[in-house]
Amino acid sequence: MAAASGGRRPVAVVSFAQSDMVRREELRNDVEVLQPVIVDVFEKVGLTKDEMGFVCSGSCDYLVGAPFSFVSALDAVGAWPPMRESHVEMDGAFALYEAWTQLQEDDIDTALVFSFGRSSMSELGRVLTLQLDPYYVAPLWPDPVALAALQARALIDSGRYTEADFAAVAARSRRDALNNPHAQVKGEQTAEELMGDDYVVAPLRRHALPPITDGATAIILAAGDRAAELCERPAWITGMDHRIETHSLGARDLTTSPTTRRAGEAAGVVEVGDGSGAPVGVGVDVAELHAPFAHQELILRDALGLGEAVAVNPSGGALAANGVMVAGLVRIGEAASRIMDGTAQSALAHATSGPCLQQNLVCALAAEPAGDGRR
Amino acid sequence: MFYFPAMAESDVLRAPHVIEYTYTRSTGPVIGAFLTGLRDGKILGATTPAGRVVVPPTEYDPITSEEVGELVEVGQSGVVRTWSWAAHPLKDQPLDRPFAWALVLLDGADTAMLHVVDAAGPEAMSSGMRVTARWRPAGERIGHMKDIECFVAEGAS
Repeated sequence: MAAASGGRRPVAVVSFAQSDMVRREELRNDVEVLQPVIVDVFEKVGLTKDEMGFVCSGSCDYLVGAPFSFVSALDAVGAWPPMRESHVEMDGAFALYEAWTQLQEDDIDTALVFSFGRSSMSELGRVLTLQLDPYYVAPLWPDPVALAALQARALIDSGRYTEADFAAVAARSRRDALNNPHAQVKGEQTAEELMGDDYVVAPLRRHALPPITDGATAIILAAGDRAAELCERPAWITGMDHRIETHSLGARDLTTSPTTRRAGEAAGVVEVGDGSGAPVGVGVDVAELHAPFAHQELILRDALGLGEAVAVNPSGGALAANGVMVAGLVRIGEAASRIMDGTAQSALAHATSGPCLQQNLVCALAAEPAGDGRR
Repeated sequence: MFYFPAMAESDVLRAPHVIEYTYTRSTGPVIGAFLTGLRDGKILGATTPAGRVVVPPTEYDPITSEEVGELVEVGQSGVVRTWSWAAHPLKDQPLDRPFAWALVLLDGADTAMLHVVDAAGPEAMSSGMRVTARWRPAGERIGHMKDIECFVAEGAS
């Protein structure tokens, strides 16, 4: 399959920047939120926009209700002179996938990937309903919390986890977020205290939901020797894949994430064997999982076979800040940062899209490029 | 040098902005037949090559992507596979009083359908409970998911 980078040039994350993630960016437009992030991501490696071989962004016009809003966002980068540019109406993690595929060929050495979104501009619950099946599901207007709660109930019914487990995920995320200056929701409440929250849509209590977040993020990728020139410890992408499940909610087993497992296997971080046993992770130091709802982290951990030794979401994860179109790319940036700052030798990042973990991307990162002489 | 002081909250301009999806789409031979069935008070499923019945029906098997075969009528009652409790219904949702979202596996179907259950409270709900469709009056049905007003506990209607 095209997912593994066998025989092609290795590609690495060499720079990462993000805005503060906040509940409401009312006085700055998308360009004004994005522009300082773009400046920051370039300054960290001493590059300019004119040195980028490719620029790829991820955003959603529906958030601001303005068609082609991503075009005006290019003002934050500088649209002249012309550049090779692309956009996905998806989380920036999927834009990064596009840039990664291009960089593995020999004609460009660097790429800028960015994403942005102000979820506060619209009624997010209604906007996200518009991504659902337009005939069978959207006409009922189920909000994302209602659908996630169906998944949470199925997980409880499976006997594998309880509401207290969801609260424990939220408590750990908020505590870890205390060390993340960009995070939005942070605190030292215990899981027992969080269990006092009201239900929003039972069985999901307030703490099990992601915040509504405005923000932006950017990453620079570099290929081959250029990566080592730009960064002391590049975070090499050793594998990446993404998979999607049917949009028929009732045809899925919502308690598992088979597409995360398959993407993880293709990215080289999960060993599935003959599929009869539980997936086994290859043992990374850090995993940044894009789990907007607390119970989804538990489903993803199981799908990726993450053991207790893996530090999961040291940034606080999506429960601490969940910029729509942004939080997935931030996961890749946070995981890469742990390698670039020397605290991890290996990491994985996950991004999701759609209701109940419908689509999943897994990106494997390491301090050394994959060891088959490709570099 | 120009200087713009930060705007006060009260100075922020606000205007309504309506998003519309102004396309007309054909629903095709499978979805169209299902919606017509709803208008007529029937629930149809699609038979896959493996003999499974997909409800609501798609033109392809949701797992294997194979083309589906004939449409068959399934039961109007079934089992709640999973549910959640909407204590505070939102705009345009099927009921304006607290209700349950549910994935309902109808009798004769192999995949579950999303709809809502009208129940007195979350204590009246459980996974595995049997429910049955409550229809809008025939004259008010238009070929839409809301032609089924809701599901109710079997025996309660």
